[in-house]
Amino acid sequence: MKNFSYARPTSIHQAIELAATSDVMILAGGTELLNWARIGIAEPSKLVDITGVAGLEGIEELPNGVVRIGALTKLNDVALHPLIRKSYPVLSTSILKAASAQIRNLATIGGNPLQRVRCPYFRADEPTQCNKRTPRSGCAALHGLNEKHAIFGWTEDCVAVQPSDPAAALAALDALFVTQSKQGGRRIPATTFHTLPSESPTAHNVLQQGEVIAWIELGEAAPKSAYLKIRERESYEFATVSAAVALEMEGPVIQRARIALGSVAMRPWRLVETEGRLAGLRSDSPEIMLAMKAGFADAKPLSMNRYKIQLAQNTAVRAIEMAVQA
Amino acid sequence: MDDPQKTRKEFSRRTLLKGGAIAAVTGLSGMSEAIAPAAAPDSPFVSHANITLVINGVSRRVEVEPRSTLLDVLRERLYLTGTKKGCNRGECGACTVHLDGRRVNGCLVLAIAADGKKIETIEGLANGDQLHPMQQAFIDQDAFQCGYCTSGQIMSAVACVAEGHTGSNSEIREWMSGNICRCSAYPQIVAAVNAVAKRNA
Repeated sequence: MKNFSYARPTSIHQAIELAATSDVMILAGGTELLNWARIGIAEPSKLVDITGVAGLEGIEELPNGVVRIGALTKLNDVALHPLIRKSYPVLSTSILKAASAQIRNLATIGGNPLQRVRCPYFRADEPTQCNKRTPRSGCAALHGLNEKHAIFGWTEDCVAVQPSDPAAALAALDALFVTQSKQGGRRIPATTFHTLPSESPTAHNVLQQGEVIAWIELGEAAPKSAYLKIRERESYEFATVSAAVALEMEGPVIQRARIALGSVAMRPWRLVETEGRLAGLRSDSPEIMLAMKAGFADAKPLSMNRYKIQLAQNTAVRAIEMAVQA
Repeated sequence: MDDPQKTRKEFSRRTLLKGGAIAAVTGLSGMSEAIAPAAAPDSPFVSHANITLVINGVSRRVEVEPRSTLLDVLRERLYLTGTKKGCNRGECGACTVHLDGRRVNGCLVLAIAADGKKIETIEGLANGDQLHPMQQAFIDQDAFQCGYCTSGQIMSAVACVAEGHTGSNSEIREWMSGNICRCSAYPQIVAAVNAVAKRNA
């Protein structure tokens, strides 16, 4: 790891001031950033450690019903919080299925969605063809090892997927990332927080230099929600595919469904067409699978990952069943 | 070399390292209290710092570069080599320690970011010659072969019990999944965690 200098501001204003120049990276839990620095994915010359910034940790319910999660709240603390378990089980489960107990004690809810792709070419110890690692160098995964890669929204410039479990849950919940920066700050929908390669093959998300996630806001409670993660081993592994589902039911009838797939695209993939077709269906209707397939009309497999289409459909249907039971 | 007693005395790595630790800490005790600035005197960025880590109840001062991890400082600066370096990428759990009472991967924490915090390592578990119940349970249940992951397993297991994630074998397995054992002693590790959890219940 190349050396860097280090600052530990205590206020958000100091933090965004210090982080404004391009040689600075922001450190929170560090579970990703330290590995980027080791591998050479990032070589910051300055780190701004925001873990000492006051007011960015904890969970509170605002008078208008919005639940506000401080970006520095540790993953385990979000997942095990009684309000999150009760009102947003999809978020709680997605977190508990992520990483390990130790990592979840370090990693933060604001930092987790900033994790970068797990593509082996991006993570290689020696730089290889990867537009995210070395802009305009090409994409080795396009015709290479791509069995874990995208089935939605990819281009020939990048076929990787965003692996964050919580990000999929936040997208299904229509959460907002509330940022602070010298320009003031933004409220960014979780559904468009990550950058598709058609927008920019090199970018990972829409955050700008010096822009800090301060809070994540959740809207109305989603007690009938669930997260299903499918992977090659039961625990401590990234998803092959995952599905975050939030339902509103009236008796046995689905009134509204929100579904975000994880690890199928460079952003959590909302199945908008499926969501529309599910409204009005009984939860045990055989038409649910038909509605699901309709959401995959624009799915496009790579050479090694055709299996992910059916796997993702089955995963999402099972997650709907789990949400009905929630 | 023929005298085994003498050999042990001269070449015991632990003895050597204990001596080194005392020398290192003594050597640093006279250094500046303040965090050293990197460039301009008023810059908030530092390129090295004297930090304090409260390790197993003992306050230790050490000078570090910002890039030094807690794991490396424990092992290479303070000679607390009970904490193991496996993957150095947060994938294996061999470096598990408790930071302010919570289990974390020592390789994923910058030492400078842990300034002033409490750290518990495997060296702090036993009370003199009296092993911690989890250490004894690992022996009783035969929960290791090569032993390389064991420090991390035990630190994680102590936390797992304290957190109350021991309701079933599958819950223990889930909450112990951050510790990889290449000898695959998992059934025995689960048995050890279970034994301590049951005793505490």
